[in-house]
Amino acid sequence: MGKQHIIPIGPFHPLLEEPEFFKFYVEGEKVVDADVRIGYNHRGIEKLAEAKTWEQDIFLVERICGICSTSHPFAFVQAAEDVSDIEVPERAKYIRTIIGELERVHSHLLWVGLAGHFIGYNTVFMWAWKYREPVLDMFEIISGNRNHYAMFKVGGVRRDITEDQSSQLLKVLDEAEKFTKMITKAVLDDPVLHARLKGIGVLKKQDAIDLCVVGPTARPSGVAIDVRKDHPYAAYDRVPWEMIVMEEGDVFAKAAVRLLETIESVKIIRGCLKDMPKGPIDAEVREVGVGEGIGHHEAPRGEVFHYVRANGTNYPERHKIRAPSYMNVPSFKKTVIGESLADAALITASVDPCYCCTERMAVVDPDSDRVLMTGEDLIKLSQKKTEELRSRKCF
Amino acid sequence: MSIVEQIKDKFKDKVDVFVKSKRRVYVTTASREDGKEVVRYLFKELGIRMAIASGLDTRPGVEILYHMTADRDNMIVTVKVLVKKPELKMLTFTDFMPAANWIEREIHELLGVDFIGHPNLETLLLPDDWEAGVFPLRKKSFESEKEGIEREYR
Repeated sequence: MGKQHIIPIGPFHPLLEEPEFFKFYVEGEKVVDADVRIGYNHRGIEKLAEAKTWEQDIFLVERICGICSTSHPFAFVQAAEDVSDIEVPERAKYIRTIIGELERVHSHLLWVGLAGHFIGYNTVFMWAWKYREPVLDMFEIISGNRNHYAMFKVGGVRRDITEDQSSQLLKVLDEAEKFTKMITKAVLDDPVLHARLKGIGVLKKQDAIDLCVVGPTARPSGVAIDVRKDHPYAAYDRVPWEMIVMEEGDVFAKAAVRLLETIESVKIIRGCLKDMPKGPIDAEVREVGVGEGIGHHEAPRGEVFHYVRANGTNYPERHKIRAPSYMNVPSFKKTVIGESLADAALITASVDPCYCCTERMAVVDPDSDRVLMTGEDLIKLSQKKTEELRSRKCF
Repeated sequence: MSIVEQIKDKFKDKVDVFVKSKRRVYVTTASREDGKEVVRYLFKELGIRMAIASGLDTRPGVEILYHMTADRDNMIVTVKVLVKKPELKMLTFTDFMPAANWIEREIHELLGVDFIGHPNLETLLLPDDWEAGVFPLRKKSFESEKEGIEREYR
């Protein structure tokens, strides 16, 4: 002991979707310091948005993220509408809410599956991804696509949900709800997961406030913030639902918050389909106007924030985009130090940062630069710990 | 007392408060010191979290906008500070608000604003071999005006 090793993880990480570079300083099994470097996926979208029209920008921001592809257009159209206080028709508000919530369901199920896989519990992975399928089918019914729905426009939505589609949706929703409830109950009662996830990677409430973390990284630490409740927009204040807050701040609480939120989302979608008023879906906006606008939306990972400044032309003068992971990822420095290496990768994954599924990580001896351990070994290490817990029956 | 009244009461003529709507408030401050005090007051005493800061290249300097999301009051308070050209020196907010760490690094590399007292102003987004003195988010038109090059019209 006493000798420090540096473990570089990334820029490509086996669990997550986008490249990011973590450097863990370890003594034996313990992580003593950590560092992060982002920017491998920097595409200059803010600058690009200044050279495109308001209409084109909606499609541009939709392509920022492949998983939560609706959250950026959702925030962006609200920012553009905020410039000259454009009022959106009621029906469009409900359709926006349905799309936003369907996305939360599929995104949270995706994360639970990946987390299960990473700790060597592949049953959770298979289940979560199987039951995510009907949700993607629902997207296909509404928009004709499983991803990148192109539903949003300034002043409303592009496509309506017909009576026929609505009844089909309700049928699929029943099925999806049954499975979501089942998997939530199974995961939250599972003794292996309790033993493996409880008490690791704790983010304290004060740290969460200081780092201004958002969404399902803040709520498990007892910070009760949710854009949908605090800044009601779309139809979120018209249907009944609860905000899920927990106090522990560990990885288990993060998983529990996501799963319980999924059930709330199903409730919101059902309420919206039931109460949806008839009427136009588009305010037919001709121009955005002059001034400043801010729009924010509670994406699956937290608050997405867009700021635009309009100068009266067809192009935004400035378009600032802030994704939730930008605030959430720095929190790993508080959560990972003092934990063992087998848990480090899971903790960094617990904030559900957006990154990419390729694999390139290795344990290097800093004196000789010799590769001691590959990425596969690290996953095995994590999976072995679960096996050990299982065989010792210490839960 | 509402947030707007509290700000007006505490800072009086140091700030210019513009209430755009019930949910959006813009506070323009005269100097960077005042800007820091306003943000400190909002963050530490009123418990309003920072959503993000935006940097914006304008003719007289770089405008930095601190977007503070007041969750209890359903309001976003944006504090504006103008960092004048050509020095472009701003005070760091990381000493009381760790959340400002990354965004200050980002504004430093994309717009060339120097944050006095920041613990680590290394590159965050751009490649390590990026040319020094090239700031991608600066407006090209202002640069060419300075050099006397004729402006390209679209």
